[in-house]
Amino acid sequence: MSPEDGLRFASRALTGHRTRSLLMLLAMAIGVASVVLLTALGEGARRYVNQQFSALGSNLLILLPGRNETTGGAPPMLGSVPRELSLDDALALLRLPGVKAVAPITLGSAPVSAGRLSRDVLISGSTASMLPVRQLSMRSGRFLPAGDPRRASALAVLGAKTAAELFPNRNPIGQTLRIDEWRFRVIGVLDDVGEAFGMNTSDVVIVPVVAAQALFDVEGLFRVLVEVRQREAIPRVRQRVIELLKLRHDGEDDVTVIAQDSMLATFDDVLRALTLGIAGIAAISLAVAGILTMNVMLVAVSQRTGEIGLLKALGAPQRQILALFVTEAALLSLAGALAGLALAQGLIALAAQIWPDFPIGAPGWAPIAACGTAMFVGTLFGLLPARRAARLDPVAALAGR
Amino acid sequence: MIELDGICREFQVGDSLVHALADVSLRIGPGEYLSVMGPSGSGKSTLLNVLGLLDQPDRGRYLLGGRDTTQLSEAEQARARREQIGFVFQTFHLVPRLTAAENVGLPMLLAGFEPAERERRVAASLDRLGLTDRADHRPDQLSGGQRQRVAIARATVMQPAVLLADEPTGNLDRASGHEVVDTLEALNAAGITLIVVTHDPALGDRAARQLKMEDGALVGDYRRDAGAREAAGETR
Repeated sequence: MSPEDGLRFASRALTGHRTRSLLMLLAMAIGVASVVLLTALGEGARRYVNQQFSALGSNLLILLPGRNETTGGAPPMLGSVPRELSLDDALALLRLPGVKAVAPITLGSAPVSAGRLSRDVLISGSTASMLPVRQLSMRSGRFLPAGDPRRASALAVLGAKTAAELFPNRNPIGQTLRIDEWRFRVIGVLDDVGEAFGMNTSDVVIVPVVAAQALFDVEGLFRVLVEVRQREAIPRVRQRVIELLKLRHDGEDDVTVIAQDSMLATFDDVLRALTLGIAGIAAISLAVAGILTMNVMLVAVSQRTGEIGLLKALGAPQRQILALFVTEAALLSLAGALAGLALAQGLIALAAQIWPDFPIGAPGWAPIAACGTAMFVGTLFGLLPARRAARLDPVAALAGR
Repeated sequence: MIELDGICREFQVGDSLVHALADVSLRIGPGEYLSVMGPSGSGKSTLLNVLGLLDQPDRGRYLLGGRDTTQLSEAEQARARREQIGFVFQTFHLVPRLTAAENVGLPMLLAGFEPAERERRVAASLDRLGLTDRADHRPDQLSGGQRQRVAIARATVMQPAVLLADEPTGNLDRASGHEVVDTLEALNAAGITLIVVTHDPALGDRAARQLKMEDGALVGDYRRDAGAREAAGETR
């Protein structure tokens, strides 16, 4: 029997027993779909975290005032309250080799009004460096001017959403707005780049850092973002930053420095491992599908004993009957795998519609691995029923026994 | 062409050993027309299965076309069935999902014939049996007689030397039965060796040579044209 004839005969046998074939196909399809879908979820989580980090800018060191690590030292003595991160601390970092830019950040919330419109908005104080460090871009106008960051000027840059709400149908550039009792001139509007780690850059007013400190009457900074020239230099620069701040804080190691890069790498590794683990769990459903295939094929063999006897009488050797039944199992597995892929793609597309912010998507290896496993499992479990068919006694088979 | 020498076939049924074939020896020449008759359980179906290489004798020698079949491997026996033997069953054994033409072509499909050659020979075979207009019908769209003629077309499409028919008219009404018998006898007239197993004396009596079986043994071997009764020497 030629391979084409064998394939045609096997597929005719499958379409001839529709319910049975559909059952097996469904089992395989669900197995494959669950593998692809679950890995797509895992991969989506990985991409989401990646996105959040890279929205923050690459090659970043993030400085937080205070230490929330257990260092194993003596308990803090009375009066040694951790010192705040000052603007001078931030500006001193600029002189360190390897540091490209430093963006101090002060955060607070205040009522902002323009004309008769008023609402509470997140106020972020920073410098001209924030634009490149946070990888922001301007929709119109310009960002805070470079110059001495210690000088307060009454200039404001608006997030896209804030601009639209405070100045509906008006060009906000050059307009005046009030934050608390202070007047600011709008000089620019940011592009809408979405959210990164809870900080929404579309609903915000950015003012010079000194102005924000005055506004909220604070000395310390909320964060300092340090952009490092080269990715490879991050650990070295991190060390220099820690040493310099310790020096400036009278030997007190009271600043937490997070290298965004290493955090990202750790998250990436963890989520990759998680995705693989999920895929492994989902693969169990493929094994279940394989066992179902075996059951249904065994039923098929017992229902078709007459036909098997006939094939033997017509001169089909055992090897040929084995091949025919294995071909049936393999064809079913292939069809089931393809149906499962289609199902998974449909569900992934649906999920992408419902949650547009979550970058769901199966990694490239998932469909291939799922289909490969389905084919392997289906064929393997098809082998046992096929062997039973091949070894049937022709006389008994023809008699329907 | 067919030589059986001391063939024995035994089955274990419960505690007792049943001798389905007890020391059967038989010679059948090319182009003969034989009927095998006898009561149920007399071993006539087992004889047919052994002749058709579907069942292996426990003892004895079976030469088919001069070759000792008991020495052949499973694949070689399958090949011998495919090339030298055609089967016609009481229950037709057509594959329900295949059309008449596809059922007829099945042995050639298994043998790996080219599609064009297959089509040509299937068409010729259907034409010979007057089934051309039924070629695309599935078995459930055919009458009993038509089904059995499709089965006969399938059994003969490989041009075997021997045609084995087990109660070929057992599931048919009289008219269809006559049709089928006429078809089988026409094939025999064209040279094929025809062996028919039957209960029906009306069918059995038509054969030129008639074997009678009882309890696994040949008890009679008559030739109609001779008119005389000659018991086979080997029978008891």
